[in-house]
This record gives sequence, structure tokens and C-alpha cells, in this order.
Amino acid sequence: MTLVWLIGLLLAGGVVAWGGERFGSAWPRSIAVTVMLIALVMVLGLWSGAATGVVTPGGPWIAHVEADWIPRFGIAFHFGADGLSLVLVVLTIILGFAAVIAANIDVKERVGFFHFNLLWTLAGAVGVFTALDLFLFFVFWEAMLIPMALIIALWGHEKRRAAALKFVLFTQGSGLLLFAAILALVFAHYGDTGLWTFDYLTLLAAEGSWPGNLWILLGFVIAFAVKLPMVPLHSWLPDAHTEAPTAGSVVLAGVLLKTGGYGLIRFTAPLFPEAAQLLAPYAMALGVFGILYGAVLAYAQSDFKRLVAYSSVSHMGFVLLGVFAATLWSLQGAVIQMLAHGLSTGGLFIMAGLLQHRLGTRDMQRFGGLWAGMPRLGALTLIFAVAALGLPGLANFVGEFLVLLGTWERSVWAAAFAALGMVGAVIYALALIQRTFHGAPHGNPGVRDLDPRAVGLLAVLVLLLAGLGLAPQPVLDTTAPALEALLRLSEPAILAGEVASHGL
Amino acid sequence: MVGLLFLVPLLPFLGFLVLLVGGGRLPRRAVEAIGVGSVALSFAVAVLVAIGFAGLEGESYRQTLWRWMATGGFSADIGLWLDPLSLVMMLVVTGVGALILLYSVGFLRGEAGARRYFAAMTLFVASMLVLVLADNLLFLYLGWEGVGLCSYLLIGFWYREPANGAAARKAFLVTRIGDAALLLGLVLIVASLGTLDIPVLQDRAPEAWTAGSTLPVAAAALLLAGAVGKSAQLPLQVWLPDAMAGPSPVSALIHAATMVTAGVYLIARMHGLYALAPAVQTAVAAIGALTLLLAAISALGQSDIKRVLAWSTISQIGYMVMALGAGAWGAAIFHFMTHAFFKALLFLAAGLVILRLHEEHDIRRMGGLAMKLPVSFAGFLAGAASLAALPVVTAGAYSKDLILWQVAASTEGGLLLWLAGAIGAVLTALYIFKAVFLVFFGPMQTAPEPAPASPAMLGPIVVLAVLAVFGGGLAVPAQLAGTLPAPPLAGAPGHPPLAFALVSAALPLLGLAIAWALYVGRRGPLTGLAASRAVARAAPVAAAGFGFDALYERLFVRPWHALARTLRDDPADRPAAGLAGLSLGGYRLLRETQTGRVRWYAASLAGGMAAALALGVLS
Repeated sequence: MTLVWLIGLLLAGGVVAWGGERFGSAWPRSIAVTVMLIALVMVLGLWSGAATGVVTPGGPWIAHVEADWIPRFGIAFHFGADGLSLVLVVLTIILGFAAVIAANIDVKERVGFFHFNLLWTLAGAVGVFTALDLFLFFVFWEAMLIPMALIIALWGHEKRRAAALKFVLFTQGSGLLLFAAILALVFAHYGDTGLWTFDYLTLLAAEGSWPGNLWILLGFVIAFAVKLPMVPLHSWLPDAHTEAPTAGSVVLAGVLLKTGGYGLIRFTAPLFPEAAQLLAPYAMALGVFGILYGAVLAYAQSDFKRLVAYSSVSHMGFVLLGVFAATLWSLQGAVIQMLAHGLSTGGLFIMAGLLQHRLGTRDMQRFGGLWAGMPRLGALTLIFAVAALGLPGLANFVGEFLVLLGTWERSVWAAAFAALGMVGAVIYALALIQRTFHGAPHGNPGVRDLDPRAVGLLAVLVLLLAGLGLAPQPVLDTTAPALEALLRLSEPAILAGEVASHGL
Repeated sequence: MVGLLFLVPLLPFLGFLVLLVGGGRLPRRAVEAIGVGSVALSFAVAVLVAIGFAGLEGESYRQTLWRWMATGGFSADIGLWLDPLSLVMMLVVTGVGALILLYSVGFLRGEAGARRYFAAMTLFVASMLVLVLADNLLFLYLGWEGVGLCSYLLIGFWYREPANGAAARKAFLVTRIGDAALLLGLVLIVASLGTLDIPVLQDRAPEAWTAGSTLPVAAAALLLAGAVGKSAQLPLQVWLPDAMAGPSPVSALIHAATMVTAGVYLIARMHGLYALAPAVQTAVAAIGALTLLLAAISALGQSDIKRVLAWSTISQIGYMVMALGAGAWGAAIFHFMTHAFFKALLFLAAGLVILRLHEEHDIRRMGGLAMKLPVSFAGFLAGAASLAALPVVTAGAYSKDLILWQVAASTEGGLLLWLAGAIGAVLTALYIFKAVFLVFFGPMQTAPEPAPASPAMLGPIVVLAVLAVFGGGLAVPAQLAGTLPAPPLAGAPGHPPLAFALVSAALPLLGLAIAWALYVGRRGPLTGLAASRAVARAAPVAAAGFGFDALYERLFVRPWHALARTLRDDPADRPAAGLAGLSLGGYRLLRETQTGRVRWYAASLAGGMAAALALGVLS
């Protein structure tokens, strides 16, 4: 029941935080912090007790809950978390916590409604990561996007309306595709077995070779690829990330993108093993292309947040590559990469917010030489930037190395070109540092550096990056059984594909 | 006492953490004490470990700290591995490191940013120790990238000057190209051998791979690319001369004594792999020989004293790499050690000169400083003699002569490589004594500031001078005999014939004599030759390091910028923007029809009816 309680806590917390505004503008924030603290205790408790659970063909599930909802169509309240879900839920809560704290930087109006939207987005994300019924999954998928769109539209920067509209159009368009794909899958399954069901585990256990398989799969893949995002479906992201308030950017980059990666891992290859094999080479090629394309575009930007946004495109290319390389190494790498990207990019977006708050601009042409006045802010940005460029010892390296390792097994060339992305990452990450903190001071007198309390809070993100970079084993051990179980479902198809290609 | 091994990298790392977290609250004295103290303590522990290791049975000692990552049958530890090879490296890194940090205290006096400097330096020493002590290649790679980061931070130490930032980023970027190849090499090794554990790898590679087959050749070539980047060998040598933008002690420690020799260490460490890839090993020798010649000629063309030393470093590492390629593993590591002594010494002495002359770097504007700066002069002279390998009295002579002899006698080497080394030896003596004569002899051009040098700066110079002269007595090759394979000598092992030794000894003396004739005597046929048109035409080529920078600017930098400019507004966004434009246009068009004039509405209504009727009737 813990998962249901967790989602309920976030939903209810959102309502209370909204209502709390009438007692004073500090209340919503305090309520949200309290809610996130309780949520953190809950998920960590869940993780420490991870051994107990229901074992199914889809893997071991903890905190498994199932209740009827619309039995006529086989729709149920079905929640459960395997290791994959669990680590992403933990990430959601940690970054949600960071976002609540970062909201203080630039959210000054309608604070109650803001925290309501923030907590509902997080609740939606937790629901997405743990729903085991496809209808329920879709409900949460939508529930998470609408408050996010509101956050961009109401509390964003200069071009917030256009960015929010673009975000809504892209995500609703892909949501429609997702819903169509889910319905098509359910109909196909009904045609096969005469059973109406949206249940993930039931559909997983089905034979899974329906006519039009490839088209249904494409629906899923495109819907998730928009969210991830995959080049060339990424163009909503730079606008949304740049225009969102700091807390919104943190949740957007740290959590919402991960629902795309999660969806790809959870639903595509396990549900459609053969069809996914057909798509894999193209998806991997797009992943590699995205790594390089994102790196070039990141370098080309002069807006601090846009640079970070395009670096996300590059990093998510590794996730796409890892998912479709479909080896245990590459999947482990993709998951670590998602966690690492959440922490490092979340950190960079907070830095962007702090800089914008102090200097009134995100334009790096008006930055420069800021180290002299803000060594603490500079040092923290440097740490997040070198994490983003994949410095070993910090988390991103583990993800990228494992993805490369797993990709090499499938395609040497894909791995080689992906490794070029490591060179591109140096170019844009160091350009960020140079344009912002190095060089001659640009005449920004009297800027305040971070106070020790803020440094302490941000140090938590640094410690998590270092912990995940130097001792990722607990996470790898948590996700391994889940990923192995998912791989077992697609393994026959992969082997068959390899036999076929060797036969040529 | 060997059990204290983990403290050797940990102590500088703790120093780094204290400096990082301690904030601006630490007084200057404390910052300096932590910076120097943590590395000096690390050296003391390293000596204890070395003593303990000597009393140990067996050739190696392993210390596993914790499991780093394990998944799908691959695992890597955070673990340390001590054998005579890593022992030599560890002692040089901590010893020379401590001396240079002590020098830094004097060098940076009155300079802001000491905490940043010492934090980066201690992190560098810790990373370098990880690099040389790691028991597996993945952990080695952590140190490998860590030293690259610190190198970047310290080259750009004076960050207000955009040129320094550009040099720092260039260094990180060029070495990262090699690093990416190295990482792919590691991936290849895991994919086919299932491990990155260095001792296991050395055993497993010859069993799993046949010599000369694709996989070991590819692996060795990828590792070589990493080594070439880090050690500034052809064709990735371009970053090191620019790296001289950093403070002199940084150049001494990172860009002369330790980090840039990491590539040499890596190849020596993986010697078993190169035995399986003879073609790559030949390439190693060729790269070394070409680099040592090209860099020596470039050094001759420089007028910035630090750039002379930078090209000299590239050239000397070329000797080491050539030795590795010829199978003279022990000689390469021996030369690494003596080079660490004399090149660090040269940089520290040069740094003192530059400091006293108010940031004057140009040797043509120096002169007559021998009496004014006696310690710098003595130190620079000792370093120059050792670099030039003046016979008998210098450490450099022992290691360089060993390389020349083993390269000549090795079945993997031969006369051509020896010839490269011999010509290089003449050039080395020529360019470094050119610097000595121009800086310290002749008429004084720029008067030095008469401030007394601090003992913190003079002490390290004196100690390193002693090592540069007498360090050749440390019997390093004998110590390494059990760890690194013996060179594949054609004849019976033993001492070179007398004639060979005499020729080797004569080469640097010849270079010294030419330098004397050109820059002190300033008479005779050589001077005429130096003033000839051919030399005048060749000089800019040498000064520009044979134009690699310009070439890469055209081949890579400009296309990259052009690409970034072209894609800046994200062509993938066009369809979306086009869609938005289309609907906006449609909206405007339709808005125009809503005029409020009934006649218009009636007319269009009638027109539409007519059109519909016509369509119905005519079709």
C-alpha cells in the first residue's frame, strides 16, 4: 500500500499547500517541504525493505496493490514497483525536494497554486513509474503533464505562453498516440484471447505477435521518444526548459524526461520483442545522432539554460542508445544515466536560476569573470558541469561507460560515434564555464555569492553524484533483477535476430 | 607498513577536501600548510610503504578498498596495486610533487587564489597517484581523467585572461580525444576478455588472443591513442606548448614531471598487450622517433623560455615512447624518472627567472643573469646539463645512453631509431644551451628585481639539482627487471662497446659546442650558416611547431564553428515553427473575411452555393 499512500500524500499535500496560502505566503512552502520529507522517508523505507514482494514473470514486485476499477474493460488500480521503478521513484522524490527548495528563487506569486501544481506533477510521475495497468498509466501520464504546462505558462520567463503551448501540443499529441497505441494493443489482445484487459503483467505474458505489431510499437516508441526526447522530436524541450521557472526546469529535466526512458524500457521491447528488434538499429542510430547533435547545438547557444537544455538532448541520446542496445550492461547504463542526468542537470538548472536571479539575465554574452565575485557558485557549477561531461568519479561516467560497453556488443560503430559525444561534451561544458565564470569581469559589481546554507543544500546533490559515481553498486543491485527479467522477455527475439544476421 | 598504501592517494585527497570545504575562512598559512603538508606526508608514507614492500615476499601487493561496480559478469574495484613499476612512479610523484608544492608557496606569495591553486594541486597529486596505483584500467582511467581536469583548472589559473582559458580548454579537449579512444579500448577489452584487472589481463590476453590478430592490435592502438593525447606525442602534441599559460610550478609538476608521462606509464603497464600487437609497437617506436625530432627542432625555434622547455618535454617523452616501442621498457621508465628531476628543475629555475624579471618570458630580452641570480643559474645549468645528457656528470646521461644503446641493439629497434635519437641528442644540447647562453651569459638586457628569493623556492631547486646530477645512480632498471620484460637485444646483453659509449658521449658535446659557437663565440662558419637564408626560412616553421595548429584550425576548429553557427537555431524546430506559422497565416486570412459587411457575406454565400451547384451538375 505504500505506493498508494505516497501518491495520495503528494496529491493531498498539494491541495493542503494551496489552501495553506491563506495563512501566509510562507505556508505552502513549509507544507511542501514537510510533505517531501515524509515522502523521502517513505521511499527510503520502501527501498530498505526491497527484498519482500510478489514474484511474477515480469520480475519481483514490491508494494504490490491491486483493486478493481472498471472491471468491465479489465481496468484496475494496479500498482507495483520493481527495482527499476523504485530507483526512479527515489529520484523523483529527491529532485522534487530540490525543486521545492529551488522554487524560492523565482516563484513569488500565487505560491500556493504553484506548490499544488508541483506536487501534482510529482504525484503523476510516481504514478507513471509504478502503474501496472496501462489505462492507469495513461491517466497518470496526462495528470503529470497538465500541472507542468501550468507551471511553465504561469510562472515562466519572457516567452512562457508560447513555450507552454508548444509543450502542450507536443505532449498531448504524443499522449494521443500513446492512448491509441494502448487501445490498439488491448483490442489486439482481445481479438486474440477474448479477454478485455489493460493489465501490464497479463499483456506481458501474452504471446505478443499480433498483426500490426510494428505499428502499435511505433505508437509507443514515438510517444516515449517525444518525452525522452529523441532527435528530431526534441524541439519542444529547449523552449520549455528555458522558459520554465527554476523548479519547473528541475522537475522537467530531472523527472519528466525519465518517464520517456522508463516507458521505453518498460513497455516497448518486453511487449513487442520481435518488432522492437526491427526498430533497434534505427533507434540506436538516432540515439547516436542525438548525442552528437545535442552537443553541437548546446555549444551554439548563448542562453545558459538553452545550453543546458541541449546538453540534455545529448545525454538522453545515451539513454535511447542503451535501451535499444538491449544488453544488461546498456540497460543498467541507461538507468544510471537517467539518475545521473537528473542530478547533474537539476543542479545546473538551479545554478541557472541563481544566476538569473542575481544578474537578471541568462545571456552568457553578458556574463563573464563571475568567479571573482561568486567563487562558491562557480565551484558548484563547475562540479555539475564536469559531472555532465562524464568525469569518472561522478555518476554520469558510470552510465555512459556501461552504455558504451553494452552498445559495443551490438555495434562497434555506434559505440565509437557515441564516444565522440564525450569530446563534444567537453566543448560545451567548458564553454559554459568559460563564458560564465572565466574571462575578464563584465562589470557585474556587488553580486552576492551563495550563503553557506544554500551551499549545504546543493552539496547534497554533489554528494549524491559522487556517491553514485564511486559506489553505484546498491543501485545496480536494485535494478538488476528487474532489468534481467525484462531482458528475458526480449532475449529470444534478440537471439533469433543475431542468428539471422549471422546466417547472412 | 605496506598496508598504509591507501593513505598515499588518500592524504592529498583529504587535503583537497579540506581546502574545498574549508572555504575562505582558512588563513593563508593554513592553506599553504595543508597543500604542502598533505603531499609531503603522502611522500613520507610512500617511503614507509616502499620500505615495507622491500621486505615483502613476492613481486607485488594488492589492496582492494571496495567494489566499484559489478554487473553482467564485469566488475571493477576501487583497488590499488603495488609493484616495482608503480612504486617508482609513486615515489617520484609524491617526492617531486612535495618539492614543487613547497616552491609554490614562495611562487604564489602575494598572489590571490592560493586556495584554488592548492586545492587543484592536491587533487592533481591524488589523481596522479590513483593513475599509477590503480589495480584495474577503469580505476586508472578515473585518475587519468582526474589529472586532465586538474591540468585544465591550473592552466587556466589566471582565468581573467581569455587566452589562458583558451589554452586550458584546448588542453582538456585535445587530451579528451585521446581519452575517448582509450575508453573505447577499455570497452573492447571488457567485451572480449571480460576484465580490466591489470594483473589478470596480463595473464588472460596471451591465452585469449593470438599475436597480431585484430583484437589485440585494435586494443593496443586505442590505448596508444590515449597515451599519445596525454603525453603530447604526434599528432596530438599541439596542446602542451599552449599549456605553458599556467604558473611555472604547474608546468613543472603536471606538464613536465608527471601527468604528461602518464602515456609512457600506460604503455609500460600494458606491455603484455603490446607484445601481442607487434605492428602497433612498431608504430609506438615510429611515433616516438618522429616526435622527438620534430619537437627538438621546434624547441630550437622558440624564444619564450617556457615554450622551449615545453617542446623539450615533448621531445624527451618522444625518447621514452621510442624506447617503449623498441622494447626497452626499463630504460623508458628510468628516463621518466631522471626527466622528472631535471625538467622540474628547469621549470622551477625558469619560473624564478621569470618572476624576478617581471613576467619576461623572451630569452632574447634576457642575458647576463648568471651573477645576479646564482641559484637559478646553478639550478638551470644542472638541469640543462642533465637534459643534454652531458656525459658522466649528469643523471640524464645514464638514462639517455641506455635508451640509445638498447634501441640500437634491440631486435625491435635498429639503426634508424638510433639515428633519430642521436640527431635528437645533438639538437637537445643545442637548444637548451642556446637558452642557457642567452639567459645567463652575455650582456644584461633586463635587470632583475633585487628581492631575495624565499627559502621555500630555493630549497626545492637545490634538492632537484642534486637529483638531476646524481639521480642516475639510482639503479632503476635493475629494480624493474622482474616486472618489465628485458629488452630483446640482438647480441648478448651487457654493456655497450666502448666505441658506442664514446659516440653517445660525443653527441651532446657536439651540440654544446655548436651552441657555444653560435651564442657565445658568435664567430666562425657556423654563424654564417645560421644567418643564411635557408635557416631564416626554416625558423618560422620551427617556431610554429611545423604548423599543426594552423592545420587543425582549418580541419576541425573552423568547420566546427561553422556547423554550430548553421545549426544554432535548430533546423529540427522548423517543422514545428512552420506549423505554427501556417495556422497563424490561416487565422489571419480567415480573419480578413470577417468584415461585418452583410453584402460581402451574402455574396460569398451565393458564390459558394453556385460553386457547389456547378460541382454537382458538371461532374
